[in-house]
Amino acid sequence: MKTIKISIIGFGAVGQGVASSLISKQEYLKKEGFDIRVVGISDSKGSEINTKGIDLEDALNRKKQKGTVATGESNALDLIQDVEHDIVVEVTPTNIENGEPGLGNIRAALMSGKHVVTSNKGPLALRFTELKETAEDNGLYLRYEATVGGAVPIFNLVHEALAGNSIIGIEGILNGTCNYILTRMAEESMPYELVLKEAQELGIAETDPTYDVEGIDSAIKLVIIANSIFGQNATYGDVDITGITKITPEALELANKNNYVVKLVCEAREGRLTVAPRLVPKRHPLAVGGTLNVASILTDLAGRITISGKGAGSIETASSILSDILYIARNS
Amino acid sequence: MIISMTLELKDIPGQLVLALAPISELHGNIMSVVHQHYEKTPRGTIPVQVTFEIEHRVLNKLIQRLEKSGVRVARVGEERLRSTVSVILIGHIVHSDMGDTIDRIDSTGFAEVVDMSLSMPAIEKTSSAYLVINAVGEKELGMALDILRDVADKKDLLMIEPIRLNSVEA
Repeated sequence: MKTIKISIIGFGAVGQGVASSLISKQEYLKKEGFDIRVVGISDSKGSEINTKGIDLEDALNRKKQKGTVATGESNALDLIQDVEHDIVVEVTPTNIENGEPGLGNIRAALMSGKHVVTSNKGPLALRFTELKETAEDNGLYLRYEATVGGAVPIFNLVHEALAGNSIIGIEGILNGTCNYILTRMAEESMPYELVLKEAQELGIAETDPTYDVEGIDSAIKLVIIANSIFGQNATYGDVDITGITKITPEALELANKNNYVVKLVCEAREGRLTVAPRLVPKRHPLAVGGTLNVASILTDLAGRITISGKGAGSIETASSILSDILYIARNS
Repeated sequence: MIISMTLELKDIPGQLVLALAPISELHGNIMSVVHQHYEKTPRGTIPVQVTFEIEHRVLNKLIQRLEKSGVRVARVGEERLRSTVSVILIGHIVHSDMGDTIDRIDSTGFAEVVDMSLSMPAIEKTSSAYLVINAVGEKELGMALDILRDVADKKDLLMIEPIRLNSVEA
């Protein structure tokens, strides 16, 4: 049995999803030969630290009842730097202005000899090359499958399963909120404002939907794809972005009559990064509905490979995180 | 531009090469050759249909070279509007003088707006239009789209184009 000590930095929906998955997968992980022990959990109010392993049920209950997991005042950086462990799971919320607190957390982890698994898009969209080089220089892994496409394993697919292929281009729908809004508008001939309200009531769209509907979230994900898959040194400013707020039900109807659907498509091709509403033929593999995410990868040897799945949700995102933790556990 | 030609060859060996060589020499890209050896013309020559892409300015030179080498050029035609694209425009399309935009594309000579449907929910509300543009080739289609992008940009219209990665696929 190999013991892997991890910390969870950020205990919102994703962090709690990781904890729940570790509980439900305990037997599975033992069979695989791993004892994954959480030695520290941090949220914005403080931390719980236990080098023998935290009782995750307790931690989840305390979070639910008290609103925080903290049993002490140590902050995330104390936990990352001072407690001995192998992997930092950085799942604080994305901040696209300066990447914090995620950026500082990831830097601290890599500088103190810990591998990093993250779902946090900000640091990777802003400082991809720096973080990747820091990880490599220190002989550490930096894994980020959960940053793009939620449960959909885009990076694993390209870097592992499609190794040997040159990637010609990638097109994808990487924002479930926009996909939901466009799907509903087309199905019900409802105007944008009404569907947005519905999505907000269902918890699919945020109270301030700007980040999703203006294409910002999609653009950030596209930047991570460009950097990870095409080795670009791109940042958010390199993406040509058009959102979905101007789309009318009449436009969707006209598209429908001519066998198209309209989707907010991210495109990386020939060094150019674009997020814009696009006409997608109805029978094309990219034409997925609801909140689904999809990525279509055009390669030289394998041709076109398309994968789709759930792009959000705490357990779905935890699936990608767990897969990254196991990758490190097996290879370190 | 894409040209389709009917050539007439003498019924002796080596004539097909004689007919095709000048096209390559002038950097033409041959797309198809239909050669029916047993269908002779009343003149006893063998007709060949060749389709190729070539720069417009060397077309006359090509015809001269062919005639000089004894190949009869029976017919020259331009293969028009082989490429097509659909786009959607959203905004105050009626106020933006769509007719002028269509004229701009049609007057290029290499592209035409062949279909357009307009949907206007109410006065002062944004309307939506679906357009189909045909052009003589992919390059020309791209140029027609550039015109439309320019108009959309100036008149604050949202232009929705098709996904593109498909076209890269062989």
